[in-house]
Amino acid sequence: MTPPVLDVQGLRRTFRLRSGTVHAVRGIDLTAGRGEILGVLGPNGAGKTTTVRMLATLLPPSGGRAVVAGRDLLADPAGVRARIGYVAQSGGLDPNCPVGEELVTQGRMHRLPRAEARARAAELAADLRLDDLLDRPTAALSGGQRRRLEIALGLVNRPEVLFLDEPTTGLDPGSRADLWDLVRRVRRDHGTTVLLTTHYLDEADALADRLVVVDAGAVVAEGTPAELKDRHGAATLQDAFLAITGRASDAPATV
Amino acid sequence: MNRLLTDTGVVFGRSARQTLRSKTALTFGMLQPLLFLALMGPLLARVDLRTGGTSWQAFVPGLLVQLSLLGGMFVGLGILVERQVGVIDRMRATPLHPAAPLLGRALRDVVQLVVQAALLVLLGVAFGLRAPIAGVLLGFVFVGLLSAALALLSYGLAMNVRTAPEFAAIANTAVLPLMLLAGLLLPMTLAPGWLDAASRAVPFRYTVDAVRHLYLGEYTDGTVLTGLAVTAGLTVIGLLGGLALFRRSGHTP
Repeated sequence: MTPPVLDVQGLRRTFRLRSGTVHAVRGIDLTAGRGEILGVLGPNGAGKTTTVRMLATLLPPSGGRAVVAGRDLLADPAGVRARIGYVAQSGGLDPNCPVGEELVTQGRMHRLPRAEARARAAELAADLRLDDLLDRPTAALSGGQRRRLEIALGLVNRPEVLFLDEPTTGLDPGSRADLWDLVRRVRRDHGTTVLLTTHYLDEADALADRLVVVDAGAVVAEGTPAELKDRHGAATLQDAFLAITGRASDAPATV
Repeated sequence: MNRLLTDTGVVFGRSARQTLRSKTALTFGMLQPLLFLALMGPLLARVDLRTGGTSWQAFVPGLLVQLSLLGGMFVGLGILVERQVGVIDRMRATPLHPAAPLLGRALRDVVQLVVQAALLVLLGVAFGLRAPIAGVLLGFVFVGLLSAALALLSYGLAMNVRTAPEFAAIANTAVLPLMLLAGLLLPMTLAPGWLDAASRAVPFRYTVDAVRHLYLGEYTDGTVLTGLAVTAGLTVIGLLGGLALFRRSGHTP
């Protein structure tokens, strides 16, 4: 058996605030193999974003360990950064920068030589239907186009693991379906492992091979969408979620 | 080291293109010194500022340091916006050297402020400034060092405050007393003893005095050397402080 691309054990993070200590993540375990789409499902405030930020080397964990894309998160964060793509919920686009330039610069930040960065930008633009938009400032993009660009930026270095934090929040139904197709295609064509967080149950059901349900900073259930439904005798993931967490997801199951 | 230079170059290029795209960037920060040059400079033309030389030789160096001060201290606002929309995180999740996002931006600011300083000097010449070329060129070195120090600290601060208003409040509170106490608009040669003494606690005082001496063609006297030592010292403090603050910001949410 091949070792997991993502192997997380006991990952913790506490924040010390003036109002006291907040245990944002209380010991999360998760694994994902090559080409797997792992959904991290949970309500807002469950610790999903904190977990992803730790795995993307942006936040040092308070405890635990993780192997990301075959590299130890704590011992070799630079090795991790070279092998991951990270797409934050906020996206991280410069509103005045033209699409093409944003793509080329991202390649340069991944230390591609200039010509190679340009070639990779052109390749991704064609692949993600951005090639008509290259001269447009990112602020002029639609929500769906913007998300495609952000994902293209995350793919510049052909990552082994792609982190997508709430990738469809705020998108219209057409753009959401479009983005689901894109994520499936990235996995199919490149064998990329995708970890995506979501609080949309339909998204988790439709897109993820396997789900990790987190609540209050801890994993409360794990399995394929079908397993989770079976285990709780639930017809829908909505009912399973209700049985697991004792409450309904704070987002509607369908949009 | 090589990597740091290349990566800094990548961020510099990105930042410089941002500046060139922005139609307001070059005039912003330059407007205030320009207004002082045009509307206050002529008032001083027949006043003896007791610095030796003409009033323009004392006034323009003060405006250059003012430009550096205003331009440098507020650059943090730009990175605050970028931080809030996630640009900094996006950079930090790439193999880019961790110091490059800071150094590349500060380098852009130094280039921008020195170019603005050169424009200001040219306008000064149109108004009546006469100063030796070598002194003027050496003056730009001081502008560059001071701008680097302030920009680095400004970014470091901006990465560690929560909101833009919080940052602006701190920077605004700092800038006015520093500007007045350093004797930028009117030199401290006119000051009563207590004010002159107080002004010696402000490092920019030494920078502006040194540039004034350079504009008089006095290159090797104690004032210039002291000014160089203080200004270069500030740059080192700015570099170390800015890097420490920038690194620290990566460890807090």
